[in-house]
Amino acid sequence: MKMTLRALLGATVSFTLAGAAMAETTITVATVNNGDMIRMQGLMDDFYAKHPDIKVEWVTLEENVLRQNVTADIATGGGQYDVVTIGTYEVPIWAKQNWLESLNDLPADYDIDDLLPAIRGGLTVDGNLYASPFYGESSFVNYRKDLAEKAGVTIPDAPTWDDIKAAAAAMTDTDAGIYGICLRGKAGWGENMAFLTTMANSYGARWFDENWNPQFDQPEWKAVMTDYVELLTKYGPPGASNNGYNENLTLSLQGKCAMRMDATVSAGSLTDPAQSEFADQVGFALAPDMGLGKRANWLWAWSLAIPASSDAKDAAKTFVNWATNKDYIALVASKEGWRNAPPGTRTSLYANAEYAALPFAKMTIDSINAADPTNPSVKPVPYVGVQFVAIPEFAGLATSVGEIFSAALAGQKSVDDALAEAQALAVSEMTSAGYIK
Amino acid sequence: MARSVTPRRKILFTLAAWSVALLIFFPVLWTILTSFKTEASAVASPPQLFTADWTLENYAEVWGRSDYPRFFWNSVVISVGSTLLGLIVAIPAAWAMAFVPGRRTKDLLMWMLSTKMMPAAAVLIPMYLIFQRTGLFDTRFGLVMALMLMNLPVIVWMLYTYFKEIPGEILEAARMDGASLRNEILYVLTPMAVPGIASTMLLNIILAWNEAFWTITLTTTKAAPLSAFIASFSAPQGLFYAKLSAASTMAIAPILILGWFSQKQLVRGLTFGAVK
Repeated sequence: MKMTLRALLGATVSFTLAGAAMAETTITVATVNNGDMIRMQGLMDDFYAKHPDIKVEWVTLEENVLRQNVTADIATGGGQYDVVTIGTYEVPIWAKQNWLESLNDLPADYDIDDLLPAIRGGLTVDGNLYASPFYGESSFVNYRKDLAEKAGVTIPDAPTWDDIKAAAAAMTDTDAGIYGICLRGKAGWGENMAFLTTMANSYGARWFDENWNPQFDQPEWKAVMTDYVELLTKYGPPGASNNGYNENLTLSLQGKCAMRMDATVSAGSLTDPAQSEFADQVGFALAPDMGLGKRANWLWAWSLAIPASSDAKDAAKTFVNWATNKDYIALVASKEGWRNAPPGTRTSLYANAEYAALPFAKMTIDSINAADPTNPSVKPVPYVGVQFVAIPEFAGLATSVGEIFSAALAGQKSVDDALAEAQALAVSEMTSAGYIK
Repeated sequence: MARSVTPRRKILFTLAAWSVALLIFFPVLWTILTSFKTEASAVASPPQLFTADWTLENYAEVWGRSDYPRFFWNSVVISVGSTLLGLIVAIPAAWAMAFVPGRRTKDLLMWMLSTKMMPAAAVLIPMYLIFQRTGLFDTRFGLVMALMLMNLPVIVWMLYTYFKEIPGEILEAARMDGASLRNEILYVLTPMAVPGIASTMLLNIILAWNEAFWTITLTTTKAAPLSAFIASFSAPQGLFYAKLSAASTMAIAPILILGWFSQKQLVRGLTFGAVK
C-alpha cells in the first residue's frame, strides 16, 4: 500500500515537473493593421510548428492608437506587451530612455550583416540594434507611362523638381479627371509633414540650425511651400489638403493621379492587376532633387522591438528572429509570391534574381540607399531622421505645423502667414522644451 | 387651447421627421452598404451608394482574422455588468436626492455631472497606473468598474428625474405602514419607477457598449471588447474601408437590434419629465 502511494506521489510529481517543463510561454505582440503584418498572422502555423512552446497573442490597432497604448505601457513599465511594432522615429528616442531590449544577441542565423545598412543604421543606437526591421520603405515617384507618353513628356529615372513640375503641367487633364500630381496634404507629422520635410531637405531647407533654432523664416522654406502649394493648387486633385497616403493611393489605383510621390511600399499594390486597372502602365523614378545633392525621399521601417519591461524576453526574441529572418521572407515568397515579400530590410532580397526582376525592386533599393538619416539636409543639422526629427517633441510640434501648412494648401492662409505662424510656434515649443536657451 | 393640426402641416412634419431620421441614420446605412462591397468599390470615385459587385468576402475575412465571439462576450459582460452595478449604487443615491434633499443636493448633482465634462485623456496616465498597479488592467472587472464610475452621473441624474415625478406621499404611506427604508425602496419605489429604470438601463448599456477610449486603452487581449475589435481593422496604409465597415457592422448590430426592440422604452425614458 505504502509502495503504491509512493509510486502515485512520484508519478504526480514527475507529471507536474514535466508539465512545467512543457509549459507554454505566451507573448503579446502589438502590431499595426497593414497587409504585411496581417500576412504574418496568417503564416503563424510555421512558427508554431517550429516553436510549439510559445503561444502568440495579437493586439492589432490603428497606428496612432497603438503608439499611444504602447508608449503608456512602456513609459510606466507595465509589461503588457512582449513585442511591439514601432517605427524608425521611436527607436532612437525609446532606446535612449532604456525602454527597449538590445537585440545584439539574436542567433547567428538572423544574419545581422544582411540588414540594409541605411535601415540598420536607423535602428541602431550606440552600436546596439534595438529593433529588427519587418519591412522598410523610402519614397519615390510613380507615374502612368501611358499618360506621360500621350503628353509627350519623359520622366527621367532621377528627375529634378523642374522635371516634375513640367510633367505635372503636361499630364494634367482635369476635364478627363486626370490630375498631374498627387502629394500628401492631410495634416499630421506622418502625413503632409513627412512629405514636406523630405521636400525641404532637397531644397536645402531644414527644421533647425545647429543650435536648434527653427528655420521656417528662411528663404528655402518659402520656396518649398510656394512650389508645394502651387503644384497641388494647379495640378493636384480637388481637396488635396484632405488627402493622405490612403486617399492618394486610391486615386492612383483608379488611374486619376498621373504622378504621385509617396511610399515605395505602395509599389506592390500599384503593380497588382487585381487592385489597379493600370498595373502594367506604372513607371517609377527616384524622388526629385534641386541639384543640391539631396533627394526628397524618406526612410522608414516598421520594426519589431522588445520592451525592457517584458517578462518573456527569450520567447519574444525567438519570435522576432522568426518574423524578421531571411527564412520568413522565403516563406512569404513560397506561399504568396515574391511580390508580397516584406520589402526594404535585407540585402539578400535584392540579390535574389526573381525579386530583382520585379518592376519596383531596383528603384526601391536605390531610394532606400539614397536616404541618409544622420545627414538628411543640404545644410548641417543637430538631429537624426530624414522625414522626422528624432526628438520626443517632434510629433506634437510637426502635427501642429502640419495643420498650419494644410490650411495654407486649402487657401485659408497665405504661404507667408503660414510660415510666420509655424516659426513662432516652433520657437515657442523649442524654448519651452529647453532646446533654445 | 391646443392648435389643430391640419393635414398639410402633418405631412410637412412627417416629411421633416423622416428627413432628419434619414440624415442621422445615413452614416450607419453607408457603413452597412460598404461592408458588402469590394475594397475597390468602397473607394470608388465618385462615391456610389450601390454597387454591382456585392460580396460577403469582408465578413468572411473579418470573421477569420478575429475571435469575434470573445470580443462580443466581453462587450456584453462589460456593458451589462457596469449598468447593473451602476443601478445598485445609483438607486439609493437618487432616492436620497429626490426625497430627502439637502441644501447642497443641486450643487452635488451639478458637480457629479461636471465630471463628465473632463476630457478622458486628461486622466489617462493616472488611470493607466492605477489599473496596472491594482491588477485591473485588461480585466473585465476593471472595465466594469471604470465604466460604472464613468456613467454613474448620467444614471443618477436620470433616476433622480424619474423619482422626482413620484409623489413622496406614497413613500410616506409605506413608512406609516411600517416599511423599512430597504423595503420602501425595493417594494414601493422601484416597482413604480420600473419604466424609468429600464430606460436608464438601456441607455447606459448603449453608452457602455459604444465606449471606445478606455476600453481600447485599458485592455490588450483578454478583456478587449468590440470597440477594440473595430480598431484592429483601421489602418494608415492600404485599402481597408470595406473590411472596417464589416467589422463595424458586426460590432453595432447587437446594440442596434437591442435599440430597435426597446425604442418605446428608450423614447419614453428620454422624454420623461420633458413636458409638464
